[in-house]
Amino acid sequence: MPAPSPTPSPAPPTPPVRKFSRRKWLMPVGIALNAVAGALIALPVVGYLLAPASRKQRREDLDWVSLGDLTQFPVGETRLATYRNPFVRPWDGDTGDIACWVRRIAADKLQVFAINCAHLGCPVRWFPQSGLFMCPCHGGVYYEDGSRASGPPPRGLFEYSYKLDGGRLWIKAGQMPTLASPPSVASTGGTQGCSCA
Amino acid sequence: MLMRLIRTLLGWFDQRLQLGKPMGEAMTHPVPRSSASWAYVFGSASLTLLMLQFATGICLAMVYVPSADEAWNSLQVLNQQQTFGWYLRALHGWGSNFMVAMVLVHMIQVFLFGAFKYPRELTWIVGVFLLLMTLGMAFTGQVLRFDQDSYWGLGIGASIMGRVPVFGAALVKLMLGGPIIAGETLSRFFAIHVFIVPGALIGFVGLHLLMVLKLGVNEWPAPGRVVRRETYLKEYHELTHRDGVPFVPDAFRKDLVFSGLVLFAVATCAAVFGPYGPNGAPDPTVVQTVPAPDFFFLWLYAALALLPPNMETFLLLVGPVVGIGILLALPLVSGTGEKSWRRRPMAVLVVLLSVISLTALTKLGLHAPWSPIMNAWSSTPVPDEFLKGRSPLELQGAVVLQAKQCRNCHALGGLGGQRGPALDSVATRLTGDQLFRQVLQGGGNMPAYGKNLSPPEATALVAFLKTLHPKDERPAVDASLVGAR
Repeated sequence: MPAPSPTPSPAPPTPPVRKFSRRKWLMPVGIALNAVAGALIALPVVGYLLAPASRKQRREDLDWVSLGDLTQFPVGETRLATYRNPFVRPWDGDTGDIACWVRRIAADKLQVFAINCAHLGCPVRWFPQSGLFMCPCHGGVYYEDGSRASGPPPRGLFEYSYKLDGGRLWIKAGQMPTLASPPSVASTGGTQGCSCA
Repeated sequence: MLMRLIRTLLGWFDQRLQLGKPMGEAMTHPVPRSSASWAYVFGSASLTLLMLQFATGICLAMVYVPSADEAWNSLQVLNQQQTFGWYLRALHGWGSNFMVAMVLVHMIQVFLFGAFKYPRELTWIVGVFLLLMTLGMAFTGQVLRFDQDSYWGLGIGASIMGRVPVFGAALVKLMLGGPIIAGETLSRFFAIHVFIVPGALIGFVGLHLLMVLKLGVNEWPAPGRVVRRETYLKEYHELTHRDGVPFVPDAFRKDLVFSGLVLFAVATCAAVFGPYGPNGAPDPTVVQTVPAPDFFFLWLYAALALLPPNMETFLLLVGPVVGIGILLALPLVSGTGEKSWRRRPMAVLVVLLSVISLTALTKLGLHAPWSPIMNAWSSTPVPDEFLKGRSPLELQGAVVLQAKQCRNCHALGGLGGQRGPALDSVATRLTGDQLFRQVLQGGGNMPAYGKNLSPPEATALVAFLKTLHPKDERPAVDASLVGAR
């Protein structure tokens, strides 16, 4: 690009160079100043961005949440239950409501399955007639006890740890179950906490 | 009078901006006569589509609410109430489809014409990043259409992340902005779709174009004209100055016409087919849903269903790294030599293989034969011809077949799921004993029904299945018993 037209003024005469001149000094000072200020700004930004993955996050990932009265779940049946995510934000809307499958085996023996298929997280559906959970995405199928029956899932359905308290069913929830963080691993032992195959 | 005023005004600005001369030089820079061709219009069309996406995207952002609570409602307002909101959504959605397609076609053309070779290696590498960003925009855009598919698509993304060794759990939370799909997830994808990737796109497109200008448009490859580092620049300079034409207008008019046609096609699709969704509200307690990805990710959906499960995690995590690595390394490994596809049969085969594979996977993804038809058992009756003349026990077996959801995976008369084999002629393949075993014990990707069939139900079911063979074809018999008889 051609230089702007104004005629350049003659270069000012250079003053004699001293050993520690202010000119020499300003450049390293400027760099150091920006580096320190940059770190002061950048490090909190990095912390801010990584916060969701940090353990010191203000909100814990799992908490006990009630699925309601135990009488809603007759012995021998598997039913859909929903709960409000214990760490919900006011603007979460519908996404704060999570579903799970509750199987009541005996009066005080239950299994609570995550809705998410162990393959890639799609919502599995219960078919009481054939006693199977089927996944609509890639065709994973599970038996009534959550164990893998067929299809691509690498394991059985994820299970929540649960407890019975005051006639109500409680599960430890708040995290999307994936192979990296299956909820039963985080179990701190419900009264009947059981892990699946 | 008017012309003189305009010229004065332009002169006033140019005296200060001094952009007129460099822009003129850029516009009229010589390109090889052979490159002023209809084969060279896909890059400029991609750029045109990017402009369309920017313009329509900015307009949509004026109404869209990036909140998990309100996003879906704001899309309804855009579709139903905002003047031309539906049309802008349709333009943006169709523009995105056209853009992915155009970028892929551009890439294939560049690859076949050897345009990635010296000295344009970096142009190709930047282009690979542009392709990845385009696909990233397509995926994040699908997330912003915050509906059921979007919600479960995020679940699939998180589940893939969860398979990464060691860092899986942390990556899931980073992707979702928290431990579960919620408000932060959408806000995060909004920032990626609206600020981060578009910003990077502007920078990378600028670099890409700068290199096209500086290095010149690739000449039409002639078989036998080999690229050598020592001589190429001189040869290209001679080519463009001996037999070159100015980019504007000789090449540009074809770009202009093609871009116009593409915009016309986008506008037509948008007007005729309308906007994409949103489908059901992103309420994860509604489990009666069949999530499916957008068109350009159907091949991935198919691959995820068809990969052998024991290789899946490895291929999911290593495959993309290897694929992108090959694309990035291509110009560095193969930076000289023949450009013409007539002398590069492997290049042609690679393109054909990729296109055929992706097309086949996409077609499979459209039909998803691996997915059970979740309501086939209650909505798809057994066709009459399979019931005529059957005994009461056999008819009872047909009832069991329906009631136990067998049809979700097995078709009869072409209706029903395709997860398992069609049962029309199952009796010619399996004897009664084998049918009992298969039904009760499962196997071969079929669940075992032993616990869920009473002995009378199983007897009836097998009695019915044994009738399923063509009239003039005998049912299967146990070979060991044939000898004994």
